[in-house]
Amino acid sequence: MRFALSAEQQDFAAAIDAYLSTADCDAAARSWAEDDLGPGMKLWHGLTDLGLLDLLDAGGSLVDLVVAVERLGYHAVPGPWVDTAAVLPALSIESGGRLASVVAPPHVPYGLDADVADVRLMLTPDGTYDFAAGERLSSVDRVRRLFEPERGNRVGDAVALAFEHGALATAAQLLGAGQWLLDTSVTYAKQRKQYGREIGGYQAIKHLLADAVTALELARPLLHAAALTAAPRDVSAAKVAAGQAAALAAKTGLQVHGAIGYTAEHGLGLRLTKVRALAAAWGTPAFHRGRVLA
Amino acid sequence: MDLDLPESTLAFRAEVREWLAENVVKLPSFDTAEGFTRHREWEAKLADARLSVVSWPVEFGGRDVSLLDWLIFEEEYYAAAAPGRVNQNGLFMLAPTLFSHGTPEQQARILPKMARSEEVWAQAWSEPEAGSDIAALRSTATPTSGGWLLSGQKTWSSRAAFADKAFGLFRSDPGSERHRGLTYFMIDLRAEGVQVRPINQLDGEPGFAELFFDEVFVPDEDVIGTPGEGWRVAMTTANNERGLSLRSPGRFLATADRLVRLWSESRDPALADRVADAWIGARAYQLYTFGTATRLAEGASLGPESSVNKLFWSQLDVSMHETALDLLGPAAEVDDTWPDGWLFSLAGPIYGGTDQIQRNIVAERLLGLPRGDR
Ligand SMILES: Cc1cc2nc3c(=O)[nH]c(=O)nc-3n(C[C@H](O)[C@H](O)[C@H](O)COP(=O)(O)OP(=O)(O)OC[C@H]3O[C@@H](n4cnc5c(N)ncnc54)[C@H](O)[C@@H]3O)c2cc1C
Repeated sequence: MRFALSAEQQDFAAAIDAYLSTADCDAAARSWAEDDLGPGMKLWHGLTDLGLLDLLDAGGSLVDLVVAVERLGYHAVPGPWVDTAAVLPALSIESGGRLASVVAPPHVPYGLDADVADVRLMLTPDGTYDFAAGERLSSVDRVRRLFEPERGNRVGDAVALAFEHGALATAAQLLGAGQWLLDTSVTYAKQRKQYGREIGGYQAIKHLLADAVTALELARPLLHAAALTAAPRDVSAAKVAAGQAAALAAKTGLQVHGAIGYTAEHGLGLRLTKVRALAAAWGTPAFHRGRVLA
Repeated sequence: MDLDLPESTLAFRAEVREWLAENVVKLPSFDTAEGFTRHREWEAKLADARLSVVSWPVEFGGRDVSLLDWLIFEEEYYAAAAPGRVNQNGLFMLAPTLFSHGTPEQQARILPKMARSEEVWAQAWSEPEAGSDIAALRSTATPTSGGWLLSGQKTWSSRAAFADKAFGLFRSDPGSERHRGLTYFMIDLRAEGVQVRPINQLDGEPGFAELFFDEVFVPDEDVIGTPGEGWRVAMTTANNERGLSLRSPGRFLATADRLVRLWSESRDPALADRVADAWIGARAYQLYTFGTATRLAEGASLGPESSVNKLFWSQLDVSMHETALDLLGPAAEVDDTWPDGWLFSLAGPIYGGTDQIQRNIVAERLLGLPRGDR
């Protein structure tokens, strides 16, 4: 038993970070929300070069994938990469640089970026179907461009593992967003002064941040274990814990930032709304808790 | 990264499981005179099977097993509902302190008796005016020929009502302040000048005691580490109390599993979420600990992460027990296990450094936030 990331996995995460910190991901996300997909697609090409979008096809493990996806969540990279990098391989479909949009009603009722996706698939208990992008819906997270799916032809059998991959990668994305919210808030608390001292010196602020880091630290091992087993109970535990920890980090982050965090210019809102949207995507907390007790 | 247990661990687990299945008995509370005696007998039996201190060196009664094997032992122990460890403050706080700071003579003299609970140890840290702020302690140690004379008062000392020995800090340099000038002593609670006054806890039993010291003689050989350097020694004890040795995941996993079984009798939908969260929390703590064990095996040492541990398990334990009582409904009042566990869980956020103190440590030492007023 060795329950820790390997040096290669840590290096891979660092390489993704290095690439994404030089790109302006937040700006790309905002453009994406305005239907200007150019800057976001540039990021996608960069990530493809790093081998991220076909990681599983290229022999990577699910642990490698969640490590990578956590970084994408951290940097708020826009687009349907959970569908593309995590779900497609479970269906044994190679992405080959294409974008995928996957729905799995009722847990994933809307297709992310379905209007521009090259592959659109609907997972149901009695088979896999393709679908067409219907009405455009607006998400609480404006970066998530959602479409009502219109079911088409049956294209394959049902694949239960595909749902586990989607839920697992969503948990990883949540954890990454939560970690960004915590890190950014800690940095801010060390700089922002009120009453003549850094707000991070006040216990009321410290204790909020201590609780948030505790929740995130304890959610991460659940994610890694779920990536090792891909068992429904483990995946559900990870999804619930990552969602809760990220939600706590989001609320805490907003409180620590005060009004600046409530502005559209600040990156906080990008993650806060994403965390809310993802809490219910690929299975609500109640659904996943039910699987834990099943 | 993997979660596969080595063959040797699987074999050890099977042995432990089998022994426990044949030997576990239900004992009265160790906070009663009779229960305390019965627990000593249980500990001696464990020691005979060489299962009382599995991670210790063989020469002191252990088996020198890895941290992972110890964690697995703990899982089996609590899953089998084996009795609580009456000597836990000795086994999980004083012993690691002696391994790091004790002399070979002290280790040889003290550890084998501890392993059999021939000597049961109490922690004498808190004082009436020094709780969270332990560096404010006032009890004194004055040098005398061949040793020291201890005077002062300690309080809230768990199991001291029936224990044999105690360990704690005294101010040995009268001019010193705060963390300086403290010395770490081991004290015989039967020595002349010691008075033990039991204190009943919420369950009505004398779970802790006040200790009064009036010029109690302690020989030099019972000082741990260098006189005046007691604080540094004490931090080893504290990290063990908060970290995983005193509260390994086994007991929380066992509680969570019991809770899930209790829930499945009624399947009360109103409580399903809380039951699921309890199981998820216990599993998270187990996995987090596997991560810690891996890091320690690779040479890392425990730092402020111990406080993350403590914050997590103390709250998990309370919420699991509250959920169980809510599930039981009116029957909870007369149930013979969950209410005891609940009362005990309520102390978790207080002892071992309160949860507020742990949050300060996490914020300042892990996140690097500025030090605040104290
Ligand atoms: C069941 C049980 C067993 C125990 N066993 C032992 C034992 O074996 N040996 C032993 O020595 N002691 C033992 N203790 C005592 C325990 O270590 C102390 O209770 C603990 O350190 C807190 O001290 P206090 O009770 O004096 O509370 P105080 O320090 O007076 O604290 C009261 C409240 O103020 C808060 N507070 C204090 N300082 C700060 C601060 N700087 N910032 C924010 N909040 C603060 C605390 O969090 C707490 O909520 C035990 C306690 C319990 C409940």
